[in-house]
Amino acid sequence: MHLGVAEPMRDCEYSQISTRSSTPMESPHKKRTPRRKWQTFPGRNKFYCNGRIMMARQTGVFYLTLVLIVVTSGLFFAFDCPYLASSLTPAVPAIGGVLFLFVLGTLLRTSFSDPGVLPRATPDEAADLERQIDIANGSSSGGYRRPPRTKEVIINGQTVKLKYCFTCKIFRPPRASHCSLCDNCVERFDHHCPWVGNCVGKRNYRFFYMFILSLSFLTVFIFAFVITHVILRSHRSGFLNALKDSPARYPSCVVVCFFSVWSIVGLSGFHTYLISSNQTTNEDIKGSWSSKRGKDNYNPYSYGNIFTNCCAALCGPLPPSLIDRRGFIQPDTPQPAPPTNGITMYGSTQSQSHMCDQDQCIQSTKFVLQAAATPLLQNEPVVMASEPPLPARTSLGGHCTSLPLGQPTPPTSTPNLSCEADLIPHQEGAHHHFLTPEEAPSPPGMLPCGSPLDHSHAVQFYSPASQDSLHEDSVRGLVKLSSV
Amino acid sequence: MATEFHNLQELRHSASLATKVFIQRDYSEGTICKFQTKFPSELDSRIERTLFEDTVKTLNTFYAEAEKIGGQSYLEGCLACATAYIIFLCMETRYEKVLKKISKYIQEQNEKIYAPRGLLITDPIERGMRVIEISIFEDRGSSGSSSSSSSTSSSSGR
Repeated sequence: MHLGVAEPMRDCEYSQISTRSSTPMESPHKKRTPRRKWQTFPGRNKFYCNGRIMMARQTGVFYLTLVLIVVTSGLFFAFDCPYLASSLTPAVPAIGGVLFLFVLGTLLRTSFSDPGVLPRATPDEAADLERQIDIANGSSSGGYRRPPRTKEVIINGQTVKLKYCFTCKIFRPPRASHCSLCDNCVERFDHHCPWVGNCVGKRNYRFFYMFILSLSFLTVFIFAFVITHVILRSHRSGFLNALKDSPARYPSCVVVCFFSVWSIVGLSGFHTYLISSNQTTNEDIKGSWSSKRGKDNYNPYSYGNIFTNCCAALCGPLPPSLIDRRGFIQPDTPQPAPPTNGITMYGSTQSQSHMCDQDQCIQSTKFVLQAAATPLLQNEPVVMASEPPLPARTSLGGHCTSLPLGQPTPPTSTPNLSCEADLIPHQEGAHHHFLTPEEAPSPPGMLPCGSPLDHSHAVQFYSPASQDSLHEDSVRGLVKLSSV
Repeated sequence: MATEFHNLQELRHSASLATKVFIQRDYSEGTICKFQTKFPSELDSRIERTLFEDTVKTLNTFYAEAEKIGGQSYLEGCLACATAYIIFLCMETRYEKVLKKISKYIQEQNEKIYAPRGLLITDPIERGMRVIEISIFEDRGSSGSSSSSSSTSSSSGR
């Protein structure tokens, strides 16, 4: 059953990662320019400069950040610095200039670099893992159950659960998380920052920290010297005259600086705390290592003292990018198959699995299944069973300064149900939307249509405004059913 | 005795890929790159346990060296910070240097030890440092065995 769901979010960028990529180049004799790996990258990223620059899909806020920084600093250098250089010291514009360049450098470095994306598993790897999972779980007794795909490891005495990512088909390393906005698993995932237009992860965390730290200094610097300028002028010619001389820009400059100071300085303070305790934003939000969870709960990654933690985070070795975006695709290299199964069955022509689209399809289909109960059962289960429910096991899509969401993971205490939380953030920076439909996996021919949503979890439901009506209806239907 | 593969080229041309074994990461010491030294059962008939373990242990030491947080890495980090990270455009980081050493080591191991036994190790960096992929090849020319997916049948077919 094909639900033609219009996807307002999808834009033309998808055409660059097209179905062509799934067919390997069979004959190397054909005269074809070898394609670079970034051109067939399965995640939702944008690449520029022939793969040298890598950013998230939504970059509007990043340009805003750039404009704010450049314009504010530009106004400062143009109008305040001449006066301050002459009446105070020329060191003022010099230091300001150095700070400004450092801020820009670290911002661009954060935004353009690979945050530590984990490449998706090759088909052989995925098959091998599936086999191992099946062996580990044994054959399910009766019916079709999807066992929870987690693996436990003991790290420095602390038990850590590694979760299986259905999109990337890997067991995520500890501290890695799947970003739903970029559709990638990122190592040591901190958060997705719309202000820099990229995820913040293992490889660019230090640049991000340096950026917000230097930006705090810059904003405080500009703020302080603008005030100094006004004060100096008002000593000479009176306060009102001083304001009259430069009427328009002071309020704007001061206002921007004032708000930036508090939010940026606050953010720097927060990240300084995170670095000194060797935690990620994700872990802090979820309280993974807080002592409230248990007396024996501690952070296994911390080195014990603040100095070592800071040095490790900021001065440690910089791991290389794992995705090799500028490498050429070899004809015999196994390409990680984008999870296309569900999409093609639902009739979409895109070979990419778009989290929202597939999710909507699954939810809508399940709503219809559960509502109608009988006649569709014979047809649907075949479709449903062969594609595992897509989880976007993600963390947020949020504003940096407003604390980002952690993963609203429902406890997988009921082993016969895999309840996955799906985050579908649609707007960056403004709202935190997430949808946690409780999905019962549909067994072929054995759909317990009586009480499919018999859980012990509370269903949280947010209705994002930007969802299309079909999705809203189906979701409302699910909520109604779950409340029965 | 079956055909011995004396170099990797020969291996690729005259053998067919039977199956692949994946050595997963060992996270018991945190997020550092380390692979499990558990000997997979599929390789039981193909290679001695000690040789395999030596290879994996050496790889683990290389990775530990790359990720070591010590004097040199601090120096590199501070220098990079001081130059607003522009220095990374011109200089190769220590990690990258060690990765080159690793690729050379793997190639050498393949040529000397693994290819003669019909095996091939893929550099973990090509698999996103998730796994060490060992491809098991079967001799295409050996009688009685076709491109079956079982690796053990090949040894009996010889």
